[in-house]
Amino acid sequence: MPGADKETDLTERIEAFLADLKRGGSGTGPLRGSGEMARETTYLLRRITAQARWSSAGDLMEIIRNEGRRMTAAQPSETTVGNMVRRVLKIIREEYARSRGSSEETEQQESLHKLLTAGELSEETFREHFVHLKANVIEAINELLTELDGTTDNIAMQALEHIHSNEVIMTVGRSRTVEAFLKDAARKRKFHVIVAECAPFCQGHEMATGLSKVGIETTVIADAAIFAVMSRVNKVIIGTQTVLANGGLRAVNGTHSVALAARHHSTPLIICAPMFKLSPQVFTTCSLSLNDVNSCFPVLKILSKVNVHCPVFDYVPPELITLFISNIGGNAPSYIYRLMSELYHPEDHKL
Amino acid sequence: GTSVVVYMVPQYSSIHIAAVVVSMFSTIICGFLFLLVVKRLPEHVQVDDPAVVKRLAKKLERQQIPLRSDYGYKVSLFSHLHQYSRKAPLTQLLSIPSTVIHPSIVRLGLQYSQGIVAGSNARSVALLHAFKQVIRDYTTPPNEELSRDLVNKLKPYISFLNQCRPLSASMGNAIKYIKKEISNIPSQCKEEEAKTKLLTCIDRYIEEKIVLAAKAISKYAIEKISDGDVILVYGYSSLVNNILCEAFEKSRKFRVIVVDSRPRLEGREALRRLVQRGISCTYVLISALSYILPEVSKVFLGAHALLANGYVMSRVGTSQIALVARTYNVPVLVCCETYKFCERVQTDSFVSNELDDPDDLMVTRKGKTQLENWQDVSSLGLLNLVYDVTPPDFVDLVITDLGMIPCTSVPVVLRVKNLDQ
Repeated sequence: MPGADKETDLTERIEAFLADLKRGGSGTGPLRGSGEMARETTYLLRRITAQARWSSAGDLMEIIRNEGRRMTAAQPSETTVGNMVRRVLKIIREEYARSRGSSEETEQQESLHKLLTAGELSEETFREHFVHLKANVIEAINELLTELDGTTDNIAMQALEHIHSNEVIMTVGRSRTVEAFLKDAARKRKFHVIVAECAPFCQGHEMATGLSKVGIETTVIADAAIFAVMSRVNKVIIGTQTVLANGGLRAVNGTHSVALAARHHSTPLIICAPMFKLSPQVFTTCSLSLNDVNSCFPVLKILSKVNVHCPVFDYVPPELITLFISNIGGNAPSYIYRLMSELYHPEDHKL
Repeated sequence: GTSVVVYMVPQYSSIHIAAVVVSMFSTIICGFLFLLVVKRLPEHVQVDDPAVVKRLAKKLERQQIPLRSDYGYKVSLFSHLHQYSRKAPLTQLLSIPSTVIHPSIVRLGLQYSQGIVAGSNARSVALLHAFKQVIRDYTTPPNEELSRDLVNKLKPYISFLNQCRPLSASMGNAIKYIKKEISNIPSQCKEEEAKTKLLTCIDRYIEEKIVLAAKAISKYAIEKISDGDVILVYGYSSLVNNILCEAFEKSRKFRVIVVDSRPRLEGREALRRLVQRGISCTYVLISALSYILPEVSKVFLGAHALLANGYVMSRVGTSQIALVARTYNVPVLVCCETYKFCERVQTDSFVSNELDDPDDLMVTRKGKTQLENWQDVSSLGLLNLVYDVTPPDFVDLVITDLGMIPCTSVPVVLRVKNLDQ
């Protein structure tokens, strides 16, 4: 039966994706960038919308929510997966509201009038069936995919507004967004980049080789020298794994020290992060698995008698951050909560 | 000059002329005083000045010591410093057997340049032992005085050691002391007597300034360690290790967190020694500092030198630890013997520093070395700093053998020491 084939095909794809997630996040730095992760998740969600059996928006949302829960459980440190699920849920809500004819504005506004009169209104059950809902949702998801494709370019286009000639810019570890940002600015301006190598995996080395290939003057320093050279740095531009709802960051290990050193020298700290990294989750860190620890510290024969800590992420509070550069422009950390309310519906914050 | 002035302004009275003359003389005298008081800038921070480099090359040629050449692309901010490669030690350029340099000095130079002897206390003690050997093997040539000839004999050795690795502040102070002792030998003293006198002086210096000072500092520091403390240390400082081991012997209950950093990874040595004694330890890299600091109750740091404006010169990374500890309101205690106090002043880590072999930053993971051919890429540079300076507002207390002082009291101690001498 064709229907059953489609279903098994879909479940196979979902299982393959989950297995990939479980394998991918061992902490050796993401095997794939978060941009790719976001795109893969959105493709899968589009496929679920197209192929799964559902009759009303409520059913679809239930299906997506269940799959989303399984995906985030497979790899809790990869937050872009959960973010995309929430975006799609918000898309479904919007399309449903549009099909029903009620404007989204009145739905979302929390006015005093609404609070007082809301008691008798029926709950939104999303049970109505609309013929074109599926097509609309898929079209909206396609728009989301186009947005995802263009994020790095959108951020890189803003580079010339922020980097002037003869600057010394510091960056930490490896971020594809920051690499594209700096390469774009290097086409027109001459500046120096100092890359902190970010032990134990030293992803900074890859970043430095990438930048020096396009002719940017790059220097690699050890993590310990960050404060020592910070007095000569004009700007610190870094990427991040996740942007939290309060404007804080969940970034690679060592970023908090960089942020503190930048604040001490009053150096602006600029974060290049696309919007799909914005997450309503609470900050949690995770540690490296035992295999990775053994590969990072090979000569420590007394490891059995000693506690070794290898956290993967750092929390950076919003007071230390100067600016967020995302695909929709530059924003202060104090404005992030508002952007988040536009991207996700409050009921979806907990999947 | 005076006559020209008189000729050119005949209508001015003699008082004016006298005033001009006096001012000219006073500027000349001030110039002399300036030259006397301010020390000449050391050579190893003037690598970008070709005149200085030529002068050094001539001096080394006279002393028959080979000149070490710089290696690799230097970051422009540090073009005034040397950058050597460990794979090309100076001893390879020496002729064998070397007639000018004593073999124990050659061995010491090699140990310095390969990093076998590292740490300011270890280097100073090794230097003093090598000098003792030199003095034992020394014979005064005829028609020469020991007090002057021995000092001249030591000069090429010091240049050689400087070429192998720039001298540390503690070594500089030790050398000053030895030179002073040698020049104070009265001329009627017999050679054997003079030599035994010098040897006992050196032994006493080591005993007083290093060994006993360490005991005194431990005594003060142990007062600051209470039961249940979680102490953070950075890298390997012989003094701080000593303090922790003694505190453990006096049955204080504490645990230690050792912070380490690439590329030297000296913390592993500290970890090994502490674990051998039975102290419970945790090991992290410096990037995990913000993660581990909420657990810490005190930070103990060692120092390479204490500068006269209160800045602490220590292994690179120390200032970062002090900064983050200050943010988390954790007290930072620096332990330093008084013989490491230095009259230099410095405000940043650029003007006077040491650049280590840049190849150390390369790392091979999973069979791939990212920066393998960094020399071929013209716009890529590797920077391996050795020291950095910590501002005094990050340091809460300095524990020395003279007691516990704030960072800003360093010039007071220096003045007291100078008066003693």
